Amino acid sequence: MSTAILPSAAAAEMSATAPLTLPNPARSVRGVLPGFGLSLGFALSYLSLLVLIPLAALFLRAAGLGIEGIWHELTSARVLHALGLSFGGALAAAAINTVFGALIAWTFVRYDFAGKKLFHAMIDLPFALPTAVAGIALTALYSEHGWLGAPLAQFGIHVAYTPLGIIVAMVFISLPFVVRTLEPVLEEAEQQLEEAAATLGATRRQTITYVIFPTVAPALLTGAALAFARAVGEYGSIIFIAGNLQNVSEIAPLLIMIRLDEFNYGGATAIAAAMLVISFAILFGINLLQAWSRRHA
Amino acid sequence: MKQLIPALFAGIFAAAALQAKEVTLLNVSYDPTRELYQAVNPVFAAHWTGKSGDDVKIKQSHGGSSKQARAIIDGLEADVATLGIASDIDALHEHGDLLPENWQARLPSDSTPYTSTVVLLVKKGNPKGIKDWGDLVKPGIAVITPNPKTSAGARWNFLAAWAYALKANGNDEAKARAWIAQLYKNVPVLDTGARGATLTFAQRGLGDVLIAWENEAHLALKEFGEQFEIVIPSLSILAQPPVAVVDKNAKKHGTEQVAEEYLKFLYTSEVQELAAQNYFRPLDATVAARHAKDFPKIELTTIQQFGGWKAAQPKFFGDGGVFDQIYSPKP
Repeated sequence: MSTAILPSAAAAEMSATAPLTLPNPARSVRGVLPGFGLSLGFALSYLSLLVLIPLAALFLRAAGLGIEGIWHELTSARVLHALGLSFGGALAAAAINTVFGALIAWTFVRYDFAGKKLFHAMIDLPFALPTAVAGIALTALYSEHGWLGAPLAQFGIHVAYTPLGIIVAMVFISLPFVVRTLEPVLEEAEQQLEEAAATLGATRRQTITYVIFPTVAPALLTGAALAFARAVGEYGSIIFIAGNLQNVSEIAPLLIMIRLDEFNYGGATAIAAAMLVISFAILFGINLLQAWSRRHA
Repeated sequence: MKQLIPALFAGIFAAAALQAKEVTLLNVSYDPTRELYQAVNPVFAAHWTGKSGDDVKIKQSHGGSSKQARAIIDGLEADVATLGIASDIDALHEHGDLLPENWQARLPSDSTPYTSTVVLLVKKGNPKGIKDWGDLVKPGIAVITPNPKTSAGARWNFLAAWAYALKANGNDEAKARAWIAQLYKNVPVLDTGARGATLTFAQRGLGDVLIAWENEAHLALKEFGEQFEIVIPSLSILAQPPVAVVDKNAKKHGTEQVAEEYLKFLYTSEVQELAAQNYFRPLDATVAARHAKDFPKIELTTIQQFGGWKAAQPKFFGDGGVFDQIYSPKP
């Protein structure tokens, strides 16, 4: 599909630039780096095979319901609640991780302490852990008989089997994204700038808001976007800790599974397509915000 | 060397000939039968070799019943389906046209070689004094049962409770609905499968009572020992996990004969004994008599009294059905 588009697109580009200046148009379009056609062709074919075609199939299957069917499916209270819970929970988790992930990254980059290497390695654990393991561990810990759940229950706070548990799981699995994207940027940030700000009479707060924050803001947004994306798609750990009750603690991916188990493929794909569109819109928004913050850094 | 080469060839041909005689059978089943079929398969393999001279290798696949049905519809090439509920095999006909509509009439007793029922599992000593279904709707009782949308066992649980509600309310369906809504208000978590619910109750200590397959309750007793005890309710349901040859796949693999024989074999007293040992209620009367103490007599309703699964599935568990109405505000 993509390979068919490529030559004509390249040709169109060539013919458009050919009459302008250089005697060898092909070379001018391709620039100094060789292999443009090959690498672009490969990249596009690869993307099409792995991402675009499956996604197109998803939309095609959802389209089988017809607009009315899709609308009916998506506007039911249950679906709206599940979507709200998934996206709301993921946004909350991303926000929490942005604050505490930034704090963790800062601590690791700027301070030295005993056991730092060990803690540092631990950050990646949520990446490596099978999500079911995470779910079981968190549930055992936060259930009313768990080490953390029992004392919390005395204060009337119930984590496992409530929407709060969903956010806890989402925070857990998406924490590394913020820390790991922020660390290299913080390492690169020049400490001299902070010192210069201090010698010029800036207060500590001013140094943070005007010097440090603008340099790390794009990375922070990237981290938040990744954390959000990871949290929205999470299924394995959440179904253990969420109560999975309709209109209370049922996440959208579980509802998709339930629709499939009802042999309602159309309904399942409609919800999936909606998740895809909403995720894309939110990620696109974050990208725009990132571009904006980069321009104004 | 010269003699070696022909010998080698002969060996290869012999191996190939042997290979051709070996048939593979894929049995796609639901969760609680794992241990049962592990016991049955070697016995059947020996039986088939004795009968036909061929070797048969049986592969097992287990998971939530509806998920397994969906996997078969989506192309998992099961030769036989041994699922938790007839509606999941009906789905193989409706959504994949993999077997004829009358599949359930092809084998004795609605194609159900072993049955089970729904019982209650409580903590040792029964601290909350749970004797029957009526106790489950009392305030402060936490009930664990899986999600009927995803679990076949949960659907049997729901119908057993529903049967009680109808009986207790003089067949008044509106009152039964109110009662069952009350029951599900006491359910703090809906696991996706029966095994998950058992673990939630037995391992994480959540809830006061678990509504479970009888065989699953016995397994929990075996696994967790003295911490639990079974309460037999006054009324329950005859849970019929049926079996069927998936004709289209069997025809494609040329395994029709062995697949059919495999399912018929489940009705022999040999397998009936294995089923009873795995806490499934056997069909065979003499085997049942031998294990009578494991399977106390309970008044059982059947799915036929709800009009069969073809009627009950959409009414209770379909989109917008009775179960959905419990959770959604009045439409």
